[in-house]
Amino acid sequence: MKFAVIVFPGSDDVDMYRAIKDELGEEAELVRHDAESLEGYDGILLPGGFSYGDYLRAGALARLSNVMKEVVKAAEAGKPVLGVGNGFQILLEAGLLPGAMKKNESLTFICRPEAIKVQNNQTIFTSLYEEGEVITVPIAHESGNYYCDEETLKRLKENNQIVFTYENNPNGSLEGIAGIINEAGNVLGMMPHPERAVDELIGGTDGLKLFRSIVKHWRETTNVTNA
Amino acid sequence: MSQMREPSPEQIKAEKIYREMGMTDGEYTMVENILGRLPNYTETGLFSVMWSEHCSYKNSKPILKKFPTEGERVLQGPGEGAGVVDIGDGQAIVFKLESHNHPSAVEPYEGAATGVGGILRDVFSMGARPIANLNSLRFGELDSERTKYLFKEAVAGISGYGNRMGIPTVGGEIQFDPCYEGNPLVNAMSVGLLNHEDLKKGQAHGVGNSVMYVGSKTGRDGIHGATFASEEFSEDAEVESPDVQRGDPFVEKLLLEACLELVKSDALVGIQDMGAAGLTSSSAEMASKAGTGIEMNLDLVPQREEGMTAYEMMLSESQERMLLIVKEGREQEVIDLFKKYGLEAATVGKVTDDKMLRLIHKGEVVAEVPVDALAEDAPVYHKPSKEPEYYREFQAMENVIPEVDDYNETLVALLKQPTIASKKWVYEQYDYMARTDTVVPPGSDAGVVRIRGKNKALAMTTDCNSRYIYLDPKTGGRIAVAEAARNIVASGGEPIATTDCLNFGSPEKPEIFWQLEQSAEGMSEACRALNAPIISGNVSLYNETDGTAIYPTPAVGMVGLITDLKHITTQEFKAAGDLIYLVGETKDEFGGSELQKMKYGKIFGKAPELDLDTEVKVQKQILSAIRAGLVASAHDISEGGFAVALAESCMGAKGLGAEVEVTGNPVSALFSESQSRFILSVKKENQAEFEKMVDAKLIGQVTGNPVLQISCNGETVINQQVDELRKEWEGAIPCLLT
Amino acid sequence: MYKVKVYVTLKKSVIDPHGSAVERQLQSMDYNGVSNVRVGKYIEFFVEKSDRNVEEIVKEVCEKMLVNPVIEDYRYEVEESVNQ
Repeated sequence: MKFAVIVFPGSDDVDMYRAIKDELGEEAELVRHDAESLEGYDGILLPGGFSYGDYLRAGALARLSNVMKEVVKAAEAGKPVLGVGNGFQILLEAGLLPGAMKKNESLTFICRPEAIKVQNNQTIFTSLYEEGEVITVPIAHESGNYYCDEETLKRLKENNQIVFTYENNPNGSLEGIAGIINEAGNVLGMMPHPERAVDELIGGTDGLKLFRSIVKHWRETTNVTNA
Repeated sequence: MSQMREPSPEQIKAEKIYREMGMTDGEYTMVENILGRLPNYTETGLFSVMWSEHCSYKNSKPILKKFPTEGERVLQGPGEGAGVVDIGDGQAIVFKLESHNHPSAVEPYEGAATGVGGILRDVFSMGARPIANLNSLRFGELDSERTKYLFKEAVAGISGYGNRMGIPTVGGEIQFDPCYEGNPLVNAMSVGLLNHEDLKKGQAHGVGNSVMYVGSKTGRDGIHGATFASEEFSEDAEVESPDVQRGDPFVEKLLLEACLELVKSDALVGIQDMGAAGLTSSSAEMASKAGTGIEMNLDLVPQREEGMTAYEMMLSESQERMLLIVKEGREQEVIDLFKKYGLEAATVGKVTDDKMLRLIHKGEVVAEVPVDALAEDAPVYHKPSKEPEYYREFQAMENVIPEVDDYNETLVALLKQPTIASKKWVYEQYDYMARTDTVVPPGSDAGVVRIRGKNKALAMTTDCNSRYIYLDPKTGGRIAVAEAARNIVASGGEPIATTDCLNFGSPEKPEIFWQLEQSAEGMSEACRALNAPIISGNVSLYNETDGTAIYPTPAVGMVGLITDLKHITTQEFKAAGDLIYLVGETKDEFGGSELQKMKYGKIFGKAPELDLDTEVKVQKQILSAIRAGLVASAHDISEGGFAVALAESCMGAKGLGAEVEVTGNPVSALFSESQSRFILSVKKENQAEFEKMVDAKLIGQVTGNPVLQISCNGETVINQQVDELRKEWEGAIPCLLT
Repeated sequence: MYKVKVYVTLKKSVIDPHGSAVERQLQSMDYNGVSNVRVGKYIEFFVEKSDRNVEEIVKEVCEKMLVNPVIEDYRYEVEESVNQ
């Protein structure tokens, strides 16, 4: 499977790239913010970091870059799109996922391993997890305080779009939301960093199943089309 | 200033305007002699800033010369942006510790942030990719609103800049003491990795080559920052302070990536950060080191503000700028490369053969001075030194064991002292996991970062107990280096090199100069003994408020090489049933200790002794045992003594405790700060082999019950739930801040 | 040339952690009469005169970039400006 890791000025692409290449053993390419096309990629990854310095609002400037038009197209075409940390913020700003991010309640950056619960394992990103499984994945953000209005929250719940929640809400997120998926089920945004939990030596391997779930789904669906 | 007419050379001399720029009468006369005429306003500015302590080390040079700077691994010692040490496999590491004290005292967020930015540029201008940051911080006690503000904002600044750069902050140290109340210290360290062939230097070789300017535009910020950093704080400092530089980590990140791409190109001849004294120091130093001259047309310098004078442009300390020397005719390649990263590159001058720094502005030569006079040949002062009265008094004192009624209460109180308390509140604001190579995050003895693709890692730490150094600078200097090395060894590494940041009061005072001299000598001795030469460093003098100096604080940064990932060791206990050993001798030593300060509200007496032969032997034994796979956990005993170190080994683990038996005076056994000591835990099956290798005393074992129990001479002196201790220890700093 | 001033604030319904922190601090400094602190952003820029209605441009710029309508409200002022 071939992943595009989107690089905006200020992104931290290296963790995501290494996770895919070194730990997952799949293909990955860094794709610049001014790229004209995302053709040929089977999955799109929006990494963490501080695109455009997080100036104005986290993710606000990145979503206006050229490549985001292509990301929207890929999402509409049903390709898996994963946004982590800053990538999640960009997906929210781009309207690919509902809601918005506020500053953490503490107003400080928080970096630590965090226990998160898999609320929905019926997605292409989480099929290899058990429902209700509690995994440890690091967080590292300053604006991860998820917010949406009541109506949106109601819809998220009805459609089972809340994929991950924090066990001990670190940032003030509404209902402890750590990750949500779009209605179509192919765009996932999450603040915890699964790409930083893929190696026993560094923070454990609880994030690996997320990437393996994506690959599994891709193998299954591509085999069907090829057959 | 820009609106004012610049004073004429005659006026500068007659009205002694150079004094306002920090230049002495004698220095002004030297400049007159060098030029054979009166310097104009711009030239006076160039000399004043280049001859400031911050740039010239004019007061500290005689001392720095005595540091051991050579070793088989050293590829580049002091003198470039940062030192370089070989780590095998064609790779090398580049690192340096640097102060940003004065800006941080004025505007702590931006001061600390730009401190991080500056040290990063020093590292990547050498061609290295920064892979980890550390810091060394000093504040007053956390009891005033001002100190809380300084502390919070400085941490936020380090976090804000380092995190945005995507570089993990993996370690550091913080000490709180009233002596830093008016003069906090913010020292930042960065460690970079490079392949030998990518090593670049700040040298302007090749007459006719182009001088290029890259990065942010030049504004009026930070003019005379270097001079400012070389002065004491006084009550009217707020009036005199220059505009604090503001950092833009976003631009710096782009600059980093662009520069690292550029160093692979043979179009690049030399590169240097525009740090303190900005364009002046980078151009003069690069030319001086290469034996050439530089001519620059200041009209071509990218400017952020209108109507800037030559003086302002040359002395601006705007951040995120680099000066490059590029082969003649290859300029466009460089312009294109930087454009790809959204950055501007401009050709502003050329390398000449006349060893002059010549500046042209609006068609006129506005300055013409010899580069060597600005850089290499800056004046050097041999300041008088005098042993202070207090030192003699302290040395004459007998060691006093503080009285302790309740050992349990005392342990808890020590764990809550901000200097000892958990720094989780601080390091969780740092993205210590960025780049996913951090094997041991902050909180253990040293941060450990693996070298990707190789079976090796780096252990890194910063250290300095300034209380010992105040009491006895030579011994304290030795201890600072030895303790840093202990942290490296406890992590499974072999110390390979040292960097330092000498934070002191005014060198004009013979007693302060004596502290500087003595502590440097102690550090040199220890670096030699431990085979960890000093490869880079920085000096920050005049750290005084209204005439009172800080404790002498020569912060030490050290990096060690871990030759096999299997050797990586941490301080927390690993499994119930493991045996606990105490290495080293415990004496009745409380001078400068945490207990002494807590009990008496001041420090006095002798600093703990340090025998370097013992230190070296102990460290060698422990490292051998770790490399033989015999050590489950290792922790050095430092502030607070044995009981605190043992508690830390328990608190870092989950659901484990310890049951140990010690002997001697219980206060000393628990809280003395004797040196060269470690707490190790060892699996039972390794007992015999371990005891053959290490002179250690078996004192008890790790238990599956999270209780810390210490008996002394058969009587229980400490009995504490580990969870309770952890709560107090982790809660102390957040509690003080609310 | 028009000079445009845009004020961005969090919506009334959205809790403002920044504002709350400032308010708590002010109250601890005995400014008990101070309440409902909201921290926002101020943005200014110039727009050259053209065929298009300036307010239309300002609204577009705000909604496309400067403001996140999910959590933020904005208001603006436009004034004629002779020079920068």
